[in-house]
Amino acid sequence: MKIEILGVGCSKCKQLTANAEAAVKELNIQAEIGKVTDIDKITEYGVMMTPALAVDDTVVSAGKVLSKDEIKKILSK
Amino acid sequence: MGNCMCQEAGVLIFPCSGGSDVGELSDRVARKMAKCGQARMFCLAGIGAHIQGMIESAKSANKIIAIDGCQILCSKKILEHAGFNPISFNLKEMGFEKGKTQITEEIIEKAADKISGGKSEEAISGNSGGCCGN
Repeated sequence: MKIEILGVGCSKCKQLTANAEAAVKELNIQAEIGKVTDIDKITEYGVMMTPALAVDDTVVSAGKVLSKDEIKKILSK
Repeated sequence: MGNCMCQEAGVLIFPCSGGSDVGELSDRVARKMAKCGQARMFCLAGIGAHIQGMIESAKSANKIIAIDGCQILCSKKILEHAGFNPISFNLKEMGFEKGKTQITEEIIEKAADKISGGKSEEAISGNSGGCCGN
């Protein structure tokens, strides 16, 4: 599974990254967590509000800092 | 961090931007409202194309406004198809007739005033700034 945090690196992006890492850890799944900080690449995803979360190249959330539990729900689908 | 895109989405506005005079009026009114800080203009085409990033971005809005030029209500319907429940404005109901509406600054101002004086008072509440008056 590939998880990407889209955002230029502000505190909200960092929090979302931390929550995603915690969710992956608790679910005990194999996932590669990456960051996309380049604005052009972020907009290629159609994302206009950050931070955003993409799972396997599909944007599942934008403009929100999802909690660990919210991310766990998404990853468990 | 000057390019940070993590500001609050606030109120998003989606004009139909259709090919007719009233379609153009919807677009110009939306741009005016965005310029005045009443709402943030967004891409209806991206929603219609099911661009997931745009749909997810729109979900973070506090409120969503659709401005349509005529009674076909394309903007409202596109947004509804994508699962949104927009506050809808139809320029025809405001007296702007398709094929008979000249696009002038005065008309744009008039349409914007009608929206601002109507449901949009409720729609834009909580968003910073009012109309800049130009």
